[in-house]
Formats: sequence, C-alpha cells, structure tokens
Amino acid sequence: MNVALFVPCYIDQFYPRVAVATMRLLERLGCTVRFPKGQTCCGQPMANAGFEDAARPAARHFAETFAGCDYVVAPSGSCVLHVREHLDLAGDTAAVRHLRERTFELCRFLDRFLDLDRLDVSFPHRVGYHAACHGLRPGRAGERMAPGVDVVRGLLGRVAGLTLVALDRAEECCGFGGAFAVTEEAVSVRMGRDRLRDHLAHGAEVITSTDMSCLMHLEGLARRQGAPVRFLHVAEILNGNR
Amino acid sequence: MKPPPASTDHAAAASAFLADEARAGWHDRALWLVRRKRDRAAAAVPEWETLRTLASAVKAHTLSRLDDYLLQFEAQARANGFVVHWAENADVHNALVYDLLCRHGAQRIVKSKSMLTEECGLNPYLEARGIEVVDTDLGERIVQLSGEPPSHLVMPAIHRKKEEIGALFHAQMGTPEGLSDPAALTAAARTDLRARFFRADAALTGVNFAVAETGGFVVCTNEGNADLGVHLAPLHIASMGLEKIIPKAEHLGIFLRLLARSATGQALTVYTSHFHRPAPGQAVHLVLVDNGRTAHLGREGFRDALKCIRCGACLNTCPVYRRSGGHSYGAVIPGPIGAVLMPGVDPERYASLPFASTLCGSCTDVCPVRIDLHGQLYRWRQVLGRRGRGGASKKWRMRLAGAVLSRPRLYRMAGATLRFLLRWLPRRALGPWGRHREWPDPPAERFGTWYEKQRRRS
Ligand code: SF4
Repeated sequence: MNVALFVPCYIDQFYPRVAVATMRLLERLGCTVRFPKGQTCCGQPMANAGFEDAARPAARHFAETFAGCDYVVAPSGSCVLHVREHLDLAGDTAAVRHLRERTFELCRFLDRFLDLDRLDVSFPHRVGYHAACHGLRPGRAGERMAPGVDVVRGLLGRVAGLTLVALDRAEECCGFGGAFAVTEEAVSVRMGRDRLRDHLAHGAEVITSTDMSCLMHLEGLARRQGAPVRFLHVAEILNGNR
Repeated sequence: MKPPPASTDHAAAASAFLADEARAGWHDRALWLVRRKRDRAAAAVPEWETLRTLASAVKAHTLSRLDDYLLQFEAQARANGFVVHWAENADVHNALVYDLLCRHGAQRIVKSKSMLTEECGLNPYLEARGIEVVDTDLGERIVQLSGEPPSHLVMPAIHRKKEEIGALFHAQMGTPEGLSDPAALTAAARTDLRARFFRADAALTGVNFAVAETGGFVVCTNEGNADLGVHLAPLHIASMGLEKIIPKAEHLGIFLRLLARSATGQALTVYTSHFHRPAPGQAVHLVLVDNGRTAHLGREGFRDALKCIRCGACLNTCPVYRRSGGHSYGAVIPGPIGAVLMPGVDPERYASLPFASTLCGSCTDVCPVRIDLHGQLYRWRQVLGRRGRGGASKKWRMRLAGAVLSRPRLYRMAGATLRFLLRWLPRRALGPWGRHREWPDPPAERFGTWYEKQRRRS
C-alpha cells in the first residue's frame, strides 16, 4: 500500500520522534511510505479561531501537496478531523473530496487496512490511554459512552505485556483545545490536572494518545508538577519504542 | 438583581470560579454524577439512538412548517377553551401577563419553572409593579431568595451547597441556624410554599410540549409544584416559546422518554401533566412568545438549535461548564446550548461564549435531539471572526499565520526560530502556556530535515 505521511506542523517541529515511529510502523506493516515534500499545516489553528479565510491558503497548500495520493495517514486525530470536515476550504472539487475521504488517523488506518498479526511488540508497562476527543468523533454514531468502539484500545490490547489502566473518566477531554489552552487558561489547566490525577491515581506509568497536542498539554502540566509519568504517542508504543 | 455586565468575559469569570479549587471540584463531580445517571438511563433503552434520530427529525419537520403548526395549535387550543395570545418579544409578553393579572385582580402569583420567563425577565418586571411572585420549584426558590439567576437549565441552584442553602433559609425563612440537612430544608421550604400556594391568585407555568393536533400542552416537573399552583388558582397563565410545538400527541412518546433520561437519568419526570381544557371556573391563557425565535429560524446553519428541549444534558457533560459554573456564561441559557443561542440574541455581548469550548463534541454526543452543537460553535466562531472579534490586529495575526503556514520556506524558518527561542528563553516567561505548563524540549532538527538526510543516505 502506498501511503503519504502527513506530519502535522507541531509534530514536525517538536516531536519528530513520533513521525519517525509512525513511518517505521507503517513500513513494518507492509506499506510504502512517502513524506511529500513541502508540507506544512492543514489550517486548523486559524479555522478554529474563527478565521477560515486565513486558513484557506494552508488548506489549498495541503490539497496541492497531497493531490492524487492513495492514502494520507497522520499521527493525529485532530488534524485529520479538520481535513475531513473542513478541507472544502480548499474548494469543493472532486479531487479535494477524494483527499478528504482518503485521509486517516493512524490507528483507524491500521485497524481498517493492515494485517495486525504482523504487529509483534511488547511494552511491559501500566499504560493510561487518553482518548482524544477529535479521534473519537468521526464516524461514530454519537456513542461516546459505548465501550469498545475505540479502535485504539483494541490496538493497544495486541501489545504484549501492556496493561491498560482503568480510568474514572475514560472519555473526558484534557482541555487542550488549541488556542483554548491559552485564551481559557484557567479552565484548560484545571481540565488537564483533573485528567492527570485520574491517570496517576490508577497507577499509569505511561500516558499515551493518538494526539500529541493533548499529550503536550498533559506532559507540560505533569513536568511542572514533577509527576512520575512518561508520555508516548500510540505510534511509539506500537512501533516497539521503549 | 445586579445588572449584567456589558459583555461576557467567560474566561475571566471561569478563572474566578476556579479560584476556589475545592468548590470547583465539588461542582464538577456533582454534575458528572448526573451525566453518569443519564448514561445509565440511556444505555438501558435499546432503541435510544433511534429515539434521538426520531426526535431530531420530528423537530426538523416541525420547524420547517412552524407557521402551519402554530396556527393549527392556536385553533385547537381555542376550541379547547384556552385563550391564546401572541407576543413578539419579551416586553410584549411581560405587559400581556401583567395586564391579565390586573384584569383578574391578581396580586400574588405562584410560578413553576420556566426558562422563558427568565429570558423575558418577568419576575423583576412584575415585582416592580407590586405583584408578589413566588417561584415554587425548590431550586428556583433558592435562587430567587438569594437574588441570583439560575445557573443551570434544570437544576437552577446546583452551584449552591446545602450549607449555604441552610444559611439562606435561616436568614429568609427562620429555619434553625446551622440546619443543612436536605430533607429538613426541603420540608421547611414546602411548609413556607404551601401557605403561598393557598394564597395565590394566579399560577404561571412554562410549557414543555404543545401538541398542534390536540391543542393541549404538557408541563413536566419533579415536584408537582406546577399542578398544585394550577389546581388552586382561578387563573392559569402558561408561557411558551414558539419552538415548543410538536405535531401530534403520539410524538410525546418520543420526547417524554428522552427528556427525563437526558436531564437526570429518571425514566420520566415525576409529574407529566397534560392540560386539555380549563377546569370549571378557571381561565387558562396561553402566551406564545417569539422573542428572537423566528429570527433564529432564519439563520441557516444555526436553525437546529431551536430543536432544544432544555434537558440540560449538554451542560452536565460539558467539561468547561462543569468547571466554570453556569454564571460564568453571563447568560440566561448557559453551557453549550447557551453558547450557540445567545450570540444570536446579541453577538457583541456573548462573543466569548462560542470560544469557551475545546470543540470536544461531548455535547453533540448526548443531545437527545441531535443538535450539532460543536459544529454550531465552530460556525459561530466564523461569524464572529468576520464581524471583527479580536479587532484588526487579531485578523492580521491570523492572516500572517495563514501565510506562514502555507509557504514551506517561511514555515521552516518560523519553526526553527520557535525551537531556538524555546531553547534559550526562560520557560515561565513564555505567556499563559508557560505559567502552569512546561514547553516541550525542542529537538535539534525537525522531522522533515531528518527525512531528507535519511533519503539521501539510502
Ligand atoms: S441542546 Fe440538546 S442536550 Fe442541550 S439542553 Fe438542549 S436538548 Fe438538551
């Protein structure tokens, strides 16, 4: 399978290790991975702030960069959701519609298209899984509360030695929310601390998610508090990183 | 009641609410519990998702022919012996109600829960004209006595702890000092209210559902206070927003099953009262209020918000509402539904509300009539952005960001600069992110650079 890797801007700049893990993981599962040169950002930050006009150039650039790709895969539920829901900003053409349908969050892509029996990894730790809201949303019939619909849990369940810790609030938002994290600083910080406390109370050694932006927020809080917990993207765990 | 501020600053109000960490935690847990009850109640109904779809479709259909159904309802209601009035806005509504009270010589009225009369500011209007208004829903009574607006659609006093209510009742009703047992406080309120029910000259209620086919209407309460008021008083005035119409009686089976489960996790409200004709010797007046609803109906992309049945589920599930309290919205309707309805009322004043969200979508997931709440929040942001929210500087900063983030060279330069700054600037100096959060450790090179090197090597 030919996969074009979409590395969201903040992952490209701050978390290259996550992009590397994503690439290696897809390759190990039999994909031919290409990183289209010159990619930047999907435009979500401007659009969510209420400035779709300002987001349009980034959306157009995204559409041009990934035009004609069979599959676009990104280690981020949030950016993928933006592409799927709002890339019509780049024009409502057949090519753009095709691209929107063919852009996948990594775990949904793995679950849907790849042979997961080849996934032979172990991770002997207690892991807290943060279900990122934007990863939960697409393609779900309004069922946040039904357990088991989240494919990420299924993927993590295939990792030898990994213990998923039970949480009190398995699907509560972490409070990142892009610009929300600074414009609504107090609420954002409180939401993050509440999530962190839930994971720590249940003995998570590692907190993981499909979205590095949520983890950046939670890790930022944890490090300031000196909390004894590590943060890894799901791609890193599935790729066998320690 | 204090005059509302010129424009709502949700972030500032939320920050003040969160300053009391223990209280904020208690508020969050109390509402989370209600949300869990809703989850259990919903999960116990196998056809729950179908019910939501049906409810949404019935409302969509009704809104598409609202004029027809309103006229049908009016004719049927008149045939039932109800007097029907139309009020285009809050002022007309209030004047109408006052006029009715005067004509019946009513001095003292008892009122059951009605968000519409809150919206119209009916209590202060009547009180200024010498009418005694008593809210008879316990939560409403508590906020009335403490002189504040409700903070929740169905649990108006959820922000108050029982100790505070004890102190309030002690001051206002002479209950023993330090009494905070909920059962005892409720009993005290009941005794106090009982006398007022007997004295009342008129009863005001809201309307949960008005059935076009039959001309009847339904009022849901948990305390039976609407019934008690209505059965004792010679005059019953029921105020309803135009959007409360449903076409047929059979549709009640959908909405009544959804409403209480979504609101509190109960299978049904304790009292579901159907009104079909006035009792002998009683006058029943229905006031159909527009107050911005038809204007909202004309707002493409936001119309669905009129499907709302005011169950409060989106408030209970909202992680922001739970941690900022209803008053932080500075609006009659708080929470996610308030954030999509209030900017329609006044886009300047309520401009901060659509931004009081992470767009997590939890509200959309629980809404019994499937309002696309997070989508509407997103769309309001666009409307407000176009109206110049944040000023010209914000617009230009966004344009600049958009320009940089769509040009690979500029993007690489900006990224490198940011990583450089993060390495050398003191962490805490870096704005509201850095006050409580560390920044990530910036890597020496971005992924794109690593990838190119990798490719050249192989
Ligand atoms: S928007 Fe939906 S969930 Fe919120 S109060 Fe209205 S009906 Fe209930």
